[in-house]
Amino acid sequence: MKAIPLSYIARNLWVRRVTTLLTAGGMALVVFVFATVLMMSEGIRATLVATGQADNMLVLRKGAGAEINSGVSRGQAAIIESLPGIATDGNGQRLVSKEPVVLNNLPKRSNGKPSNVTLRGTSPLALALRPQVRLIEGRMFRPGTSEIVTGRSIANGFIGTGLGETLRFAQRDWIVVGVFDSGRTGFDSEIWGDAEQMMAAFRRSAYSTIVFRLADQGALPALLAAIDADPRLQIDAKPEIQFYAEQSEALATFIRYLGLFLSLIFSIGAIVGAMITMFAAVAQRIGEIGTLRALGFRRTAVLIAFLAESLLLSLVGGLIGLAAAASMQSVDISTTNFQTFSELAFQFKFTARIAVQTLAFALFMGFVGGFIPAWRAARMKIVDCLREA
Amino acid sequence: MSVTGDGGAGQTLIRIRNLSKAYVRGEQFIPVLQGLDLDVRRAEFVALMGPSGSGKSTLLNLVAGIDKPSGGSIIVGGVDIATLSEGALADWRAAHVGFIFQFYNLMPVLTAFENVELPLLLTTLSRRERKAHVAAALDMVRLTDRVDHYPNELSGGQQQRVAIARALVTDPTLIVADEPTGDLDRVTGGEVLDLLDDLHRQLGKTIVMVTHDPKAAGRAERMVHLEKGVLVPDPAPGAV
Repeated sequence: MKAIPLSYIARNLWVRRVTTLLTAGGMALVVFVFATVLMMSEGIRATLVATGQADNMLVLRKGAGAEINSGVSRGQAAIIESLPGIATDGNGQRLVSKEPVVLNNLPKRSNGKPSNVTLRGTSPLALALRPQVRLIEGRMFRPGTSEIVTGRSIANGFIGTGLGETLRFAQRDWIVVGVFDSGRTGFDSEIWGDAEQMMAAFRRSAYSTIVFRLADQGALPALLAAIDADPRLQIDAKPEIQFYAEQSEALATFIRYLGLFLSLIFSIGAIVGAMITMFAAVAQRIGEIGTLRALGFRRTAVLIAFLAESLLLSLVGGLIGLAAAASMQSVDISTTNFQTFSELAFQFKFTARIAVQTLAFALFMGFVGGFIPAWRAARMKIVDCLREA
Repeated sequence: MSVTGDGGAGQTLIRIRNLSKAYVRGEQFIPVLQGLDLDVRRAEFVALMGPSGSGKSTLLNLVAGIDKPSGGSIIVGGVDIATLSEGALADWRAAHVGFIFQFYNLMPVLTAFENVELPLLLTTLSRRERKAHVAAALDMVRLTDRVDHYPNELSGGQQQRVAIARALVTDPTLIVADEPTGDLDRVTGGEVLDLLDDLHRQLGKTIVMVTHDPKAAGRAERMVHLEKGVLVPDPAPGAV
C-alpha cells in the first residue's frame, strides 16, 4: 500500500497554522502538567536516593520505618558500635554516627508560615560518613557547644537559619556557624548540631538512628547475622540507599498518581480539541480526499494520512509542552514529605524516560483525537467527495 | 438503445453492456442509467453530452472506476471493472486512468511538480525516474517554468494544464475529463482543448470527456448523447 506523502500532511498543518498552534497549545498544556508531575516525582526520588551512601548502613528501632519514630538506646548503640565489619578512619576510629533526629517548627522566609524542619544531632564523623556534604559558608559546629550548621535549602528558606543568625529551640539559643551543601540531597533540608547537646536539650535518652560504614560489602551477611543473633538488638539494619529510597516512595507515588489522574482528566479536553480540529480538516478537504482516492490512493492511505496529521499535531504540542517542562529543571521547590513529616527541598528532574513517556502520552492524545475523523475521511465515497469539491 | 463502435474486438478499449445505475434515497429508487450499451475504440476521443441530470457524469464515473454500477458490465482493456474489489479497482485506476476535473482538483499545499508527481507515487518508479516523467509531462503542457509554483500562484488555465500533466504522467490507457473547460474562459478553454487534441492525436490517448459545451464537444471524434439515462442517436454531422 502506497502512502500519501508526508509533505502533503505537514504542509496542511502549516497552512492552518493558527488552528494548528491553538490545538497544539492545548495539548502542550496537558503535556506540561503530565511531564512536570513525573519530573516532580522523579525529583523527590532522586533527591532522597542520592542522600544515601552505597556502603553506609542505617539502623532503626525494629518496625520504626522512619527516623522520627525510632529509638535506639545508648546500650544498643554501644553494641552496634562494637559489631564486626565496621570501617575505621585513618585514626582507627570506627565510622559510626549515633544521631538523634527531632522535628522543629520554623517560619519560612517567603511567607512567615511555619513548617517542620529536621534537626539532626551528629558528630564530626558525619562528614566522613557523608562525603557529599561540604561546608560552603562558615565552619563546622564544635562538639559540646550550642552551635549548628544548616543545609543550603534551609538557610535560603527559613528565618534565622542563615550564617551568623541565632535560632531558639529547646529552650536554648543556637548559633548558625556554617552552611553546608550536600549536592541536592535530603541533607540540604536539615540542620545539624552536636548529638550530645541535642540529646540534652531535647531530653532524649535514646538516639533515633545509628549510621555506620561497612569495611566491605562482604562483611554485611556476618554483620546482619550478628544483629539477628543478639536478642538485645531489636533493630532493623538496612543499606542507607534503601532506607532513603523507601522514604521517597510514598510521596513520589502519591504525586505521580495524583498528577497522572489530573493529566488524564485534562487530556479529555485536549483530545476533544484535536478531534474538532481534525474533523474541520476533513471537512475542508473533502474534494482533496476524493481526488486522492480517484488517483488510486486506497482508503487505508487516507486513514493513515489523516491519522499522521493528528499525530504530527500532537507531536508539536508534545514537544512544546516538553520544552516548557524541561525549563522547570532550574526551579527549586519544597514540600512536606509525609513519611517524615518534614520539609524536603528538591528540583524537577528531567530524564530520557520521562521524555519518552510524555511524547507517548502526547501521541496517544493525537491518536485518539484523530482516529474518528480519519476513519470518516477514509469511509467517504469518491463520487460524494468529488461532488462536494 | 446502444451505441457500439464499428472496430474489431481488438480495437475496442471500453465495452459497456446493459449498464444500469440507480440510487436509493430513503424509500425512493432513482434510476440514473438504464440498459446502456457503448463501445469506445482505442485512441478514440469521445464527448459525452446531454442535459443536466442525464447521467453523463455518472457514466464517466463508472467508466473511470470511481463508482460501481447497479448492473451490467464495463470491460476496459479486457478487464470487467464492475467485478473488481475496491482495492483492486484503486490499483486499476492508478495504472490505467488519468483524471481531468472541471475545477482542476489540485492539492493546494503541493507545488505543480508535486501535484504531477502524486500519481507516480503509486508506481514503483525511482525518485529520479519520477522526476524525469514529471518534467516531460510539464514540458508537454508548456509549464516547465512553473514547477515550483503552488496552485494559488497559477491562473485557471495553468492549473488545468497542471491537472492535464498529472493525468498523462503515468501514461494511462484512458483519460477521463469532466467538463475540463467548464471553469475557463473561451480562449483558455480553447488552449486546454488543443492540449487534449494533442494527447489524442500525437500520443494516441483514449479520451472520454463530459461537456455541456457543443464547441468543446466538436473537438471530439465522436459525440455520444444521453437523455434521462439512456443513449440517444448521434445527431447528423454538422448538426452541432
